[in-house]
Amino acid sequence: MQVTSSIREPLITGGKTMRDVSEDISRQVEGKPTGLWWIAMLISLSLLGFGFYCLCFLLWEGVGVWGLNKTVGWAWDITNFVWWVGIGHAGTLISAILLLFRQKWRMSINRAAEAMTIFAVICAATFPFAHMGRLWLGFYWVFPLPNTWGSLWANFNSPLLWDVFAISTYFSVSLVFWYMGLIPDFAVIRDRAVRQGNKLRAQIYNALSFGWDGAARTWSRYESVALILAGLSTPLVLSVHTIVSMDFATSVIPGWHTTIFPPYFVAGAIFSGFAMVLTLLLVTRKVFKLEDYITIYHVELMNMIIIITGSIVGIAYITEFFIAWYGQVPAEQYAFFNRMQGPYWWAYWSMMTCNVISPQLFWFKKIRTNLVATFVLSIIVNIGMWFERFVIIVTSLHRDYVPSSWSMFHPTIYDMGEYIFTFGLFFTAFFLFAKFFPVVNMAEVKSILKSSSERKH
Amino acid sequence: MSSKKKIYWKGLPELKNDAAFVKHADKEFVDLGVQEDPGHSRRDFLKMMGFSVAAASLAACEAPVRKAIPYIVKPVDVDPGIPNYYASTYVNGGDYCSVVVKVRDGRPIKLEGNALSSVTKGGTSAQVEASVLSLYDNFRLRGPKIADKASDWETVDKEITTKLGEIAGKGGQIRIVSNTLLSPSTKAAIEVFKAKYPTTTHIQYDPVSYYGMWKANEESFGKGLIPSYDFSKAKLIVSVGADFLGTWLSPIEFTKGYAVNREVSEDKREMSRHYQFESNLTLTGANADYRGQMKPSQEGAVLAQIYNIVTGGSATDSGVKWVEKAAKELLENKGASLVVCSSNDKETQVLVNEINNALGNYGTTILPGLPVNFRQGNDEAMAAFVEEVKAGKVDGVIFYNCNPVYDHPMGADLEKALKSLTLSVSTSYTPDETASASGYMAPDHHYLESWNDFEPKPGHYSLSQPAITPLFKSRQAQESFMVWAGEQNVDYFTFVSDNWKKWFFDKQNAEASFQTFWDKCLYNGVYEFTADSTSLNFTSHAAEALSVVTAPAKPSGQYEVVIYESYGIGTGAMANNPLLQELPDPITKATWDHYVTVSQLDAKELGIENDAEGHTQMLSFAVNGKQVELPALIQPGQAKGTLGVALGYGRTKVGAVAENLGQNLYPALKLANGSLSYIASVAKPAVKDSFQLAQTQIHQTYMGRENVIQESVLAEFKKDPSAGRWNPHISNWDKKEEAKDVSLWKGHEYKNHYWGMAIDLNTCTGCAACVVACNVENNVALVGKQEVINRREMHWLRIDRYYSSDALPGSYKEMEIASDNPEVTFQPMMCQHCNNAPCETVCPVAATTHSTEGLNQMTYNRCIGTRYCANNCPYKVRRFNWFKYHDNQQFYQSNPAMNTDLGRMVLNPEVTVRSRGVMEKCSFCVQRIQTGKLTAKKEKRPLNDGEVITACQAACTTGAIVFGDMNNPESRISKLLKIENDPKRPYSIDKKIGNPRAYRVLEDIGVKPNVFYLTKIRNKDVEKSAKAEQKEHA
Repeated sequence: MQVTSSIREPLITGGKTMRDVSEDISRQVEGKPTGLWWIAMLISLSLLGFGFYCLCFLLWEGVGVWGLNKTVGWAWDITNFVWWVGIGHAGTLISAILLLFRQKWRMSINRAAEAMTIFAVICAATFPFAHMGRLWLGFYWVFPLPNTWGSLWANFNSPLLWDVFAISTYFSVSLVFWYMGLIPDFAVIRDRAVRQGNKLRAQIYNALSFGWDGAARTWSRYESVALILAGLSTPLVLSVHTIVSMDFATSVIPGWHTTIFPPYFVAGAIFSGFAMVLTLLLVTRKVFKLEDYITIYHVELMNMIIIITGSIVGIAYITEFFIAWYGQVPAEQYAFFNRMQGPYWWAYWSMMTCNVISPQLFWFKKIRTNLVATFVLSIIVNIGMWFERFVIIVTSLHRDYVPSSWSMFHPTIYDMGEYIFTFGLFFTAFFLFAKFFPVVNMAEVKSILKSSSERKH
Repeated sequence: MSSKKKIYWKGLPELKNDAAFVKHADKEFVDLGVQEDPGHSRRDFLKMMGFSVAAASLAACEAPVRKAIPYIVKPVDVDPGIPNYYASTYVNGGDYCSVVVKVRDGRPIKLEGNALSSVTKGGTSAQVEASVLSLYDNFRLRGPKIADKASDWETVDKEITTKLGEIAGKGGQIRIVSNTLLSPSTKAAIEVFKAKYPTTTHIQYDPVSYYGMWKANEESFGKGLIPSYDFSKAKLIVSVGADFLGTWLSPIEFTKGYAVNREVSEDKREMSRHYQFESNLTLTGANADYRGQMKPSQEGAVLAQIYNIVTGGSATDSGVKWVEKAAKELLENKGASLVVCSSNDKETQVLVNEINNALGNYGTTILPGLPVNFRQGNDEAMAAFVEEVKAGKVDGVIFYNCNPVYDHPMGADLEKALKSLTLSVSTSYTPDETASASGYMAPDHHYLESWNDFEPKPGHYSLSQPAITPLFKSRQAQESFMVWAGEQNVDYFTFVSDNWKKWFFDKQNAEASFQTFWDKCLYNGVYEFTADSTSLNFTSHAAEALSVVTAPAKPSGQYEVVIYESYGIGTGAMANNPLLQELPDPITKATWDHYVTVSQLDAKELGIENDAEGHTQMLSFAVNGKQVELPALIQPGQAKGTLGVALGYGRTKVGAVAENLGQNLYPALKLANGSLSYIASVAKPAVKDSFQLAQTQIHQTYMGRENVIQESVLAEFKKDPSAGRWNPHISNWDKKEEAKDVSLWKGHEYKNHYWGMAIDLNTCTGCAACVVACNVENNVALVGKQEVINRREMHWLRIDRYYSSDALPGSYKEMEIASDNPEVTFQPMMCQHCNNAPCETVCPVAATTHSTEGLNQMTYNRCIGTRYCANNCPYKVRRFNWFKYHDNQQFYQSNPAMNTDLGRMVLNPEVTVRSRGVMEKCSFCVQRIQTGKLTAKKEKRPLNDGEVITACQAACTTGAIVFGDMNNPESRISKLLKIENDPKRPYSIDKKIGNPRAYRVLEDIGVKPNVFYLTKIRNKDVEKSAKAEQKEHA
């Protein structure tokens, strides 16, 4: 008996040859930045500048410039932190888990997604430091360094300390993984620069590529390291947001004290991460003319992941409600009532609409293959995920156990400024990346090109 | 040829052409040689530069050094770091409290009640606790002034004496104006002055007058007086408008007496019953068992109804709920009941006297034979005085520590008229409104700098002694009087002690030498003996009074206004004290603001809405011709058709703290039947612009949460002392267990001490003296109005005030709305020092940890400010330093104690002033625990119970707060909670609590606090309990 399978649609369209790949991807690295890039960069830099002013003002005056109070001790700061960490997750999922599952379609998007991960984690990390107001203390007291302060050491009971380790491990592994993948591509650009006679570029990219020689033995090592790093990253995809969720789950506050948080947070993180990847890639693909590399097929697959994770998140919301009712704990019941009908009802219903209802539109093939619809929905999902964290943090805190302390939270310009700072940081970094680094993994993409015999003409 | 050749040379060496020159001739610059080499290579330069830069930056990093200079010759009684305690007396107008002053390194830093006084019995109030900060008020006068120009005493004395001489010469009139004078020696000093200038008259007035009562007693007893009230003997208390726990007459004394019969226990299942009929919801009304809402115009009808029922006359109906029931129960409690009324109307008070007489309360709960001196003001005399000044009949006036320009209805007239006087002097210690309008400011000392004596009641005397050398060039006013009277070598201390020798020493036998007698009096702060009481005969004037009060003038306007004394800042004399401005009003929880209380029903009618953020609208109306525009505060419990406005605000010459706060309501007061009336009728107020109030609590009800408030009624309590207790059960895998038996942790072992606290919700009246005491003791920052609006007040101890709601359990939205006439519960809330503290586990740097004695402790300099602990605190008692509150001009106005050199003197050196970015909270006054332990250790003995008293406990007049060692079976707390050790369970936190009333707040979440609350028991009939009604519905 013979097994026949239908011929799969090519992942890269346009009948690209290996030379075409090198040419298409290296073009924007070698060429002059376009006017569009300059405009985008300028906007990012002004966001960064304004945000930096807000950050400096906070460090000078104190955390009081934010809208926090005696009841709500965390609001936008930790909301933004969790949001950015969540966004980072798609990159690792694409590069590690999909690698292990041999999902070859990931190859043209993993570079940008990993870059996004790294920048998002950097953005996320600014908040835990900024929210202390005296961030210099955060750099060394939270690390279990040997010291002469007697028994004073980090408290390993604290989920915040787990965060420190989770995030720093995640960041370093992601960074190494990403950079490793970049090495062969840097070598391509170096080689092209040598041919073009551009000495400076050749030197820089030679240094960046660690003198990559392209030998079979090098490739072999490269492949094994990639696999090992993928293996290392895989648990991190699950662990980082699990630990972030424990900041809440291990506390006593109704609405936080919930065992469902780890899986629910991980699903939410992947959900928001894929939405962010889509937002960025749809723009990148258009600007850098990469339509043949990032195809509608990619978009469709990612939209499917958004439906799945969005539905998991939706089920988690409903489960929380069921348990609040079933558990018969008055404070818990009130916390969930308060989410729906309390003063922050609008945040809750924004979250429900954006996260649970809107992704269901992707069940329609027309919508999930429509780029404009996808772009709009990807942004809506990220708005929804921001509200999810806001709902969890602020609406749980603002009315907890003792009604005398119930209060409201109002953001100030500095709350917003600090969020804007991270947007500035993220986009500045992303545009620099898009200009100077190859945005698609050339080496991997070349491996999935159809050979000439398979090529459709 | 060569001989003819000309030779040019550059110098003699070249001409000589010697060998040494030729050797170096080709070098442009002469080599300096080894000896002259500076010896610094490039590397040395870099090294030195590196060192200099590093050294300079290191030096710049160092905190500025503030030098402490030790004594060269140490005063005998002053040991640096060891406090001294001096008995003294707080007096503010007629307000009185015998106190003990804690003095550290020569600076008074804390006041506590003096238990030896049988008047105040160790109680204090928020104002007493706060008054220590007034000593360090930046607004105080630095010395005498002549028409706003700094001067010296010699010049001032000379000018005043000359002018007095002039006036005396032409036979002109001199007046001395003061508030109630409690001091016999001051009166004697004034007599000295009068002897020199016989045309002098002394006029006493009180900003909040009790003259109507004084006159009523004159009618009933033939002698003007205000009697003593003994609330401890009253089983049934009916108060018509009198806020006797808050501001009425002698609140500290009354609170003390009231609490005696409010205390219940397993063995004492009896308590007094308290009816309150009032318009505003007062602190007293909030403590009442039954509270009827009435308009001020119904006051007469209410009293008439009571009188008629009590005397068996023909029944009238006032239309006010509970009056009939109250009157019937009064009859059942003849001789052990008490009817008090706040009215300043003579006839109304006569009727109150008639009721009390009919009930036989005179001699038991009311002691006219022991009159009090707290209010001696005479409204008629004061009004006549202002008229005289206006008419130019007075030539000289001396204001002794009073401020009539501000706090008298005719103040504006007085201010104008003062300008034309030959002589006007004020002895106020601040340049207040009256001092500024006077020609001379001759500042008196603050009471903590003065010698004085006081007579609150006959036979009850107390002394005040200086706890600090006068800070400024002020002078004891009594000395001033005598100096102006031409006395030589005046010394008020000698004057007082001579008086005491004459008045008391000569009449006693206990002490042989005057010095011993004097020292003992000074040490105790009080001297008491049984004074001869003159028997007074009651003459009835019932018919007349009844006819007058039952036929009141029909109110002209739609609304009736009740003008009351502010709870925090009182009559306005202490307006510049930020501790009191930031003290939340016990009922409204508003700070830093002046407002009109409006009932919920009227608010709907007027279209005003208060949201959860204190946003409201301004109301504009005219009270007796005085136009007022103030923000509305919707107050549950306010009687429909009434408005409440406080006195004490709207000061114009007051210092930075109270500048531009509110409006002055004194000009709205009018004389009615010879005494000032505090009620008025107004038209419907106009609603104006929006406004935001600063309240520390913006949620009204406790949402039916039994894990927060547990309460019952006396009838239930009699049957079962654990009535109202709610025992949460936790579902374990196989069975339901009591929450206290379930824990993930095995607990802490406390081998030595185990500190705990118990708070009796029944005796806590919500007076908030503890809040101020805690602020002062622990250097708690005051943050100002905007930061209170931002919900960032720093109070370590707060009093949660909850209203009941009419809603059914489960209907959350409706449960947020308080009843129109709610039951009120006060719950002091501070760090609960949990054994399984949620804050401790979440701190990443272990800045908050558990002590070996059960304390949850904060290490400030370890805190990095993540605020995770505050988020995870179920009681929300942790406070974060959002800004730097000390040495920061931004908080100059609200927090002078940390931002002015003068103010800083009040700080407690035993407690760190916290910096920016640091979390703080109640420490159970750990500095006091340490002091107690060290003293015991030095004396080589175990620490006794009662040696360590927290600041809140010390301030609590009713003894509702008990703190102590729960490991000591003999301690008060162990006995109160009936703590039993269980040998099977070695860990201290598993101790059995035997008191059926004791509960922990949020017991169900298993944090196991070390603070216990005793259930609130209201003396209500079972069927009327709102709780029971709710349960029926459920």
